Amino acid sequence: MSASGLRRRGAALALLAALGCSSGDGDAGSLTAVSWGGAMARAVNKAQYEPFEAATGVTIAREDYNGGLAEIRTQVDTGNVHWDVVDLETFDSLRGCDEGLLELMPDDLLGPGADGSAPAEDFWPGTITDCGIGRIFYSTVLAYHPDRFPGETPATLGDFFDLERFPGRRGMRRSPLVNLEFALMADGVAPEEVYAVLDTDAGMERAFRKLDTIRDFVVWWEAGAQPPQMLADAEVVLSTAYNGRIFNAQVAENQPFVIIWDGQVLDFGQYGIVAGTPNLEVALDFVRFASTPESMARVSAEIAYSPVRRSALPLVTTHRETGVAMAPHLPTSPENMGRALVSDTRWWSEHLDEVNERFSAWLAR
Amino acid sequence: MTEPRSVGPPARARLRAAGLTLPLVAFVGFSFLFPLGTMLSRSVYDPLVADALPETLALLEEWDGETLPGEPVFAAAARELETALGDRLAGRLGGRVNRVASGMRSVIVRGARAAAEAPAATARETLIAGDPAWGDPATWRAIRTAGERFTVRHYLRALDLDRDAGGSVVRQPEELRIYVPLLLRTLMVSGAVTLLCLLLGYPIAHLIANAPPRRARWLILLVLVPFWTSLLVRTTAWIVLLQTHGVVNSLLVALGIVADDGRIAMIYNMTGTLVAMTHVLLPFMVLPLYSVMRTIPPHFMRAASSLGANRRQSFFRVYWPLTLPGTAAGSLLVFILAIGYYITPALVGGSSGQLFSNMIAFHMQTSLNWGLAAALGGILFVAVGALYVVYDRLVGASSLRLG
Amino acid sequence: MPDDANYVEFKGVSKTYDGVTPVVDGLDLQVEKGEFLTLLGPSGSGKTTCLMMLAGFEAPTAGSIRVRGRPIGDLPPRKRGIGMVFQNYALFPHLTVGQNLSFPLEVRGVDPEHTRNRVARALGLVRLEGYENRKTTQLSGGQQQRVAIARALVFEPDLVLMDEPLGALDRRLREEMQYEIRRIQRTLGITCIYVTHDQQEAMVLSDRVAVFHDGRLQQIASPEGLYEEPMRNFVARFIGENNRLPGRIESIDGAVCDVRVGEALIQALRVVPAEVGDETTLSIRPERVKLAPEPGLYHNEFEAEVLDLTFLGDHLRVVVRLLGNDDFVVKIPNIVGHGAVIPGDRVRIGWTPTDCRALDHEPEAAPP
Repeated sequence: MSASGLRRRGAALALLAALGCSSGDGDAGSLTAVSWGGAMARAVNKAQYEPFEAATGVTIAREDYNGGLAEIRTQVDTGNVHWDVVDLETFDSLRGCDEGLLELMPDDLLGPGADGSAPAEDFWPGTITDCGIGRIFYSTVLAYHPDRFPGETPATLGDFFDLERFPGRRGMRRSPLVNLEFALMADGVAPEEVYAVLDTDAGMERAFRKLDTIRDFVVWWEAGAQPPQMLADAEVVLSTAYNGRIFNAQVAENQPFVIIWDGQVLDFGQYGIVAGTPNLEVALDFVRFASTPESMARVSAEIAYSPVRRSALPLVTTHRETGVAMAPHLPTSPENMGRALVSDTRWWSEHLDEVNERFSAWLAR
Repeated sequence: MTEPRSVGPPARARLRAAGLTLPLVAFVGFSFLFPLGTMLSRSVYDPLVADALPETLALLEEWDGETLPGEPVFAAAARELETALGDRLAGRLGGRVNRVASGMRSVIVRGARAAAEAPAATARETLIAGDPAWGDPATWRAIRTAGERFTVRHYLRALDLDRDAGGSVVRQPEELRIYVPLLLRTLMVSGAVTLLCLLLGYPIAHLIANAPPRRARWLILLVLVPFWTSLLVRTTAWIVLLQTHGVVNSLLVALGIVADDGRIAMIYNMTGTLVAMTHVLLPFMVLPLYSVMRTIPPHFMRAASSLGANRRQSFFRVYWPLTLPGTAAGSLLVFILAIGYYITPALVGGSSGQLFSNMIAFHMQTSLNWGLAAALGGILFVAVGALYVVYDRLVGASSLRLG
Repeated sequence: MPDDANYVEFKGVSKTYDGVTPVVDGLDLQVEKGEFLTLLGPSGSGKTTCLMMLAGFEAPTAGSIRVRGRPIGDLPPRKRGIGMVFQNYALFPHLTVGQNLSFPLEVRGVDPEHTRNRVARALGLVRLEGYENRKTTQLSGGQQQRVAIARALVFEPDLVLMDEPLGALDRRLREEMQYEIRRIQRTLGITCIYVTHDQQEAMVLSDRVAVFHDGRLQQIASPEGLYEEPMRNFVARFIGENNRLPGRIESIDGAVCDVRVGEALIQALRVVPAEVGDETTLSIRPERVKLAPEPGLYHNEFEAEVLDLTFLGDHLRVVVRLLGNDDFVVKIPNIVGHGAVIPGDRVRIGWTPTDCRALDHEPEAAPP
């Protein structure tokens, strides 16, 4: 959509707002921001919502959701949009953009990096899309409790698939996402080759064959809170997990969990704006504000996720609550990036339906 | 003057009485029938591609489906794709075609971009320059299929069927057959849960129905307590109890019944699913059973034994048939609820915890393929409806007693 | 060897639910083979409990019950071979008439051929031929009653218990059914123990009636015996109408005694063993009192004031004030020359000592 189209739409919406369809009140305006609840919502609230309210006088209504586009789609389809800015998984951001559920992000929205570099240089490649501005990197890693391995400890992705040296049950998310990448990398495919291999039937077959080797020993998890729990309860000896959850268990609950960064699969979250929001200008202001390197660094002081701007990484020092140095816990820290893969959300958005069916069939076998 | 024969007042009263039900009728209509109807209509009707590419699709009707279409088709497609791109429709178009053939999303979007940006000498070259897949008849077949305004392909998918290149219906390749096995497993799990609920609920309901009123009230309360906590809490409680190092296993180890390294896997498998779902759904079995048992006077059982029946005969020939309306109602209720459950089995069911409704949720929330979700929902709807018909034949729906 | 006179025998049977209050207290009772015995009494008198103990649904707290000479305490109901008709029929609503009747035969393993025949015969007995395929819920109350009786008889027990079987029927049907029950019992020659609180019904049906009160057997006798020779105050009150005059025994002369009632001295039959000075209640049936007899005809003659007068077709009911009682009833047969009386008249009334029974004194118990 062209910039003029956007303005036209904005004008129409302003008219609607004047007719009483707006949720806004007061001069500075208001905004409904939707996040994931729990630690993520607390972090964003501390690092971004509160500072934005203080700086602009805008009131932010906070809401939580569990991902997915169903709610946004309902709002857009019924013309009753009351969400404005949403923390999206990239996957949803891409689909939402294609489906016209999200506003296009203007090209000139973002400011330069902390080192003066242009945004296109400063942001990690691919983290800015038509309808989404990258926020944070999170990573799916492997983790274990050291008590389960009194002798040799697992250290690589390959060890996760090695039942002989490291017997015991494994936790994995019940989804083909990430797991297929893990399988191929464990089978010796270089990270940059993974999606090219998956694109072929033989490559897909190879990934499932690798998963076959541990299939009977996998406990499938659904929610991000499950893996730390299962590791603590000795339900599994090794599990895939979100690095932030493990970090939280380490610093907040003093769990001696160990993360294996080898073969981590990075994914990033984005800010998106629901199409047709009456608060478009305020929403864009917020995204601009939240996308500065300083703002991103503040998020990483709350929770162990990395800024998607390179120049924000050096600004992250210690965990605000505990004072722990954050660098070793962030997915994009150089020492953790030895073998790492950034998930190709575009590939997944084209293939998820088919692969998910295949995965479900494989699970049910 | 005498009052005319009073035909008016009853008719008016009837009208007024009918009027009182209007809010309910309207509520049912708007909150239930209308959404159900629109949802089901999505399973067969999707005008998006047909509206965006009318000319292309009209031209494709004459196409043989084997060779690459001619330049007029390419030209129409390029023109319509360019317009679609301007209207921010290209992505959605791509998404729709992608559902017919994986990987088509980017083909469509790249084609649209190419048509808008760098027109080559011919439309064919332009599109193929955007993405070489435009040179493959398969792309055009996918577009033609996606362009059907009314379609049964969602239902075909939902039944693990597909159309081959020639248009005849064939079964999906084995590694993609998922919905029918899943439906069968869902029906089986629901059946097993119903049976367990019946086995557990029947004695409980009998106990409550024959307890003195004060104790019966307390027992009912105990049956209802599970409703007071959230589903997630209850499910998590089962994880704590049943996991490898959980309460039950530790107790068994402490009692020396199982060895420490021989702990029983009771969760993240079918056992976990059955236990947790039975617990969650038990009240729906107990309440209808209780309400029916309460109305069975004790002298029926006395009569049976005075007539010479032993306990087993009295139970199976008198008591059990008399509780049939409650048994059937409870079973129907539990079965239907179980069919739609997915959070509990997903959390405690391990690899077998994937049920039919999980796929509906997936297509509603993640893949946004509401057409397929609606078709899956429609099939579930038909399955439950068929069950009801069978029930009606066997027991008679009028005897349903829900409590 | 079964003893026909002691076909059913209660010996010292007591029942209590709370360990304190007896529901049945020290019951001794013999039932003869082929007899129709009615247990009669107000509700709560223990009669139904007796029936339930006999049927096996309740266990006696003390004492023993024998049937056909054998103790049955250890037998479950189904092995006692007793047919039972319940208060609300207890027909199985999910079964047809025919299925209800086949039930006792099928659980006994009778083959289908025999079952069909016996069901048809039983239905014939209660005059419901051809009703096999009806639903029990489609039948009238009287028909349901017949089915219940047929079901209790179809397995040919020689002892049948009936627990207020006619309680739910209207009067006309009751009378019809009373006749039916009597007919069937006589036809089959079975022993029948029947529970009711309706004295009329008891009179019509029974060979003997056992009157219960407060868990105790008051008297057991033929209907005539109960009416003519009540042995207890309660029985006199419960069976038919009677006048009661409380008094004190002044002298005893063999079977006759003089009882002081206020100013008057009344001669009566001494029924219960009582001594001079004991309190007693005199019972006089209203129809045995003569209005305005020739003077000197009766030993007991008194002056009374007419309070009320009711014409009842075959007789007149006159309420008079006598010896301070305002409710003394006299029944006069409606025959020519009874003498016209109107309220306010002072009349002479009298009765013979043999129609006046000195019973136990039981002032607080009120008849139902």
